[in-house]
Amino acid sequence: MNPDYRLHHPKWHRQRMPIFWWLGKLSFTKFITRELTCLAVAYAVLLLLAEIVIMAHSEGAHERFLRLLAAPPVLAFHLLVCAALVFHTVTWLNLAPKALVVRLGGRRLPDWAVVAGHYTLWLAASVAVVWLLRGIS
Amino acid sequence: MRPPREPFFWALFSAGGMLTALVLPAAALYLWVSRPLGWVAAPTHAALMAHVASPLVRVALFVLIALGLFHWAHRFRYTLYDGLQLSHLYGLIATICYGGATLLTVFAAWTLWRFP
Repeated sequence: MNPDYRLHHPKWHRQRMPIFWWLGKLSFTKFITRELTCLAVAYAVLLLLAEIVIMAHSEGAHERFLRLLAAPPVLAFHLLVCAALVFHTVTWLNLAPKALVVRLGGRRLPDWAVVAGHYTLWLAASVAVVWLLRGIS
Repeated sequence: MRPPREPFFWALFSAGGMLTALVLPAAALYLWVSRPLGWVAAPTHAALMAHVASPLVRVALFVLIALGLFHWAHRFRYTLYDGLQLSHLYGLIATICYGGATLLTVFAAWTLWRFP
């Protein structure tokens, strides 16, 4: 809101919200945690891109990169990233019935069926990813 | 007031959210946990190079990276507005988020185009 537009307006009455307003209640904390999983998503796609750049550079550089991945602090951090990615997936798929209304023969498919369909899709996609990656090795 | 380009960014956010939700947990657990721990056979450098060089894989990687970045840009933007109460920096935050995602997407396209 641009404060210049306040010329003939009575003084705003607005309660200041503390920056950490979302720490007071579990549902707020879960909401902000869910929103912050986007950092894990960005980190993951950038790490994929980094590996592509590094392996295109040289085999030696790629070996050093793989050794770095095996360092315990890096591994621990990546476990945290994986947890955030799973949280992203679970919260995302659970919201699917809110965004998607499936009608079958004139009747609305119940929410649980939409969620179950998405979880099946997740399982299939995960199997495909592992199958593709195993195929390379 | 929302600018009319909002639905476009929302569509990218949504597509990125779905694609990364389905693909990233398995890929991350495989590449960054199971592989360094030796639970799965690590692909050799030559095999990885050959696979990433295939046009189909390059396009797939580009789509995943680009949509993941725009998912981040949109969601992080609103997290800064609401979580840190920064809605007065509306334009600056939007520019940094979408601008950053655009620059990194261009870099990803350039990298994958010139690969190896």
